[in-house]
Amino acid sequence: MSFTKSSVLKDQATHYCPGCGHGIAHRIVAEVIEELDIREKVIATAPVGCAVLLYDYFNCDIIECAHGRSPAAATAIKRVRPENIVFTYQGDGDLAAIGMAETIHTANRGENITVIFINNAIYGMTGGQMAPTTLIGQKSTTSPAGRDANNEGPPIRICELLSSLDGVTYLERVSVSSAKDVIRAKKAVKKAFTNQIEGKGYSLVEILSMCPTDWKLSPKHSVDFVNKEMKEAFPLGVFKDLTSS
Amino acid sequence: MPKNVAITGNGAMAEAMRQINPDVVAAFPITPSTQVIEDFAKFVNDGKVDTELITVESEHSAMSACIGASAAGGRVMTATSSNGMALMWEMLYIAASMRQPVLMTLVNRAMSAPINIHCDHGDSMGARDAGWIQIYAENHQEAYDNMIMAPVIGENMDVRLPVMVCMDGFLISHSVETMQIEDDQQVSEFVGEKVPLNSLFDTDKPVSWGALDLQDYYIEHRRGQLEAMYKAKSVIEDVSKRFAEQFGRKYDLFESYRLEDAERVIVAINSVAGELKEVVDELREQGEKVGLLKIRVFRPFPYEDISKALEGCKIVTVMDRSTSMGAYGPLFGEISNALYNLEDRPLLYNRTYGLGGREMLLDDLKDVFQESKDYLNNGKVEKIFDFLKVRGA
Ligand SMILES: Cc1ncc(C[n+]2csc(CCOP(=O)(O)OP(=O)(O)O)c2C)c(N)n1
Ligand code: SF4
Repeated sequence: MSFTKSSVLKDQATHYCPGCGHGIAHRIVAEVIEELDIREKVIATAPVGCAVLLYDYFNCDIIECAHGRSPAAATAIKRVRPENIVFTYQGDGDLAAIGMAETIHTANRGENITVIFINNAIYGMTGGQMAPTTLIGQKSTTSPAGRDANNEGPPIRICELLSSLDGVTYLERVSVSSAKDVIRAKKAVKKAFTNQIEGKGYSLVEILSMCPTDWKLSPKHSVDFVNKEMKEAFPLGVFKDLTSS
Repeated sequence: MPKNVAITGNGAMAEAMRQINPDVVAAFPITPSTQVIEDFAKFVNDGKVDTELITVESEHSAMSACIGASAAGGRVMTATSSNGMALMWEMLYIAASMRQPVLMTLVNRAMSAPINIHCDHGDSMGARDAGWIQIYAENHQEAYDNMIMAPVIGENMDVRLPVMVCMDGFLISHSVETMQIEDDQQVSEFVGEKVPLNSLFDTDKPVSWGALDLQDYYIEHRRGQLEAMYKAKSVIEDVSKRFAEQFGRKYDLFESYRLEDAERVIVAINSVAGELKEVVDELREQGEKVGLLKIRVFRPFPYEDISKALEGCKIVTVMDRSTSMGAYGPLFGEISNALYNLEDRPLLYNRTYGLGGREMLLDDLKDVFQESKDYLNNGKVEKIFDFLKVRGA
């Protein structure tokens, strides 16, 4: 079996921790861009979060956005250059905490963009604070005894939340915690980009992703955590698909 | 019992918060201030404080929550840096003009873009007109001491203003230094209880906060706020005096370091002052009449006291660790204001340094004094404004 790296990724070692899901998600997105032959047309937004250096890894045009502001920036880019393919790449802090207003309104307006949402249930970059997606009982530096629904509320399920908005075209939750999951994730990402190419509107793929460092688990146990605990709190599947009807 | 500990600047601020034991802390993480809230979250978890910790979804919400809790009568604290404080902007003004004595640790960090996590003072200097009292610290001990004094200053009935305690990101926040953490009980007594003023909890006396205020009264309210800021000056002096009596460390509105008979003076803020003291000592040994004026309280700005302190010196270099785009540095502007009315004004110029964490070493600072020597010898300032250690100059 041979393995080739996508030409959409630069020849550059990433700064991600061993066992981190971001690298797998990068590869999936890069391969999809390559397969759809759209690299020259792609404009991405880099988040504030562990993927802040996205522009060091992806061989396409990228703008760095303030924390949470990617959807607004992507909206504007897409409206100015509708012929380009625009995607945001955002963590759960960026998309579901500080940027939640932009997320909801961009989805509701049905902007024709693709959102890659990395849900690792924690603020990775700042060192492991509680995120809106942190599981009940999950420990973080700002919830040392574990998240308590009475105090911090239950985790926010973005796909379910956005599924009630009429503007949304496609929502799917996938994972990168097993080979099978990765194949499924790639299909979803491909669909999310294809929808945009075909002018079908707002597509978001939520990717459950490992953060061994801030979960304080080994890479192997992090995969188990996604498969056993995260998938229970965040069931995989398609939450909305207007293209299938 | 007071204890000597080796601790990070952030750890020291968390200790101060533990001892102050606020009713509410609302915060959103951002480097390099995150650890303040992380350490504090442990205190909450371990039952060492009685605080309600609200881990909100953004800094805008953090300051909004602080204002709400303060209006309800609580003592309220938060911590942030750079873009985090920028996102609070709207609420910074509202906290101040609603006269809510919210307390903030501001760990100075450069503003985006480009993204940079290291120290400069662009964040707090940008907020200098928001109506907060701003107190700066050279090192860990000062940052901690300033925070212990902050509630007593801000909650004083003549003041009732929010207080921002600033220290340098990474240089202080993440470095470890030995310092004194005072006795819990003594700090608690020094800080006292917050006396609520027109609290939302006082249902016998219903109040509205932040009501509409147009041409009829807005300007009077702003003037009242300004008066509170002026009064804050003597309150800060009183509280610092009380602090010295109780804990032995003496602070003025600014620190005069070997200013007596100094001919060439550098004015600076925060951690660079530590290095400057060393350089001043060394040059003094060589017989050079140099000195340092270190700003502690930037808002309210002590114009008259500073003009008195600098009277008689021959040349003043103001070092700004931030830029006011299209203008001279923010500190330079204030120092010129302070000096203008002196009959015998010293030569005066401005140097910008350290943006985004560009380091200043002892030799770099010696160069600054050398330049002021050359200027003085020539009897004139060649460049009023310039950058230090910058490419393409
Ligand atoms: C206005 C503002 N507030 C806070 C921060 C600090 N910050 C940087 S990354 C981050 C969290 C990122 O978490 P997430 O989006 O989940 O991405 P991950 O690092 O886990 O991939 C925070 C809070 C910031 N940069 N700007
Ligand atoms: S901290 Fe977590 S999300 Fe960030 S690179 Fe490391 S493993 Fe990945």
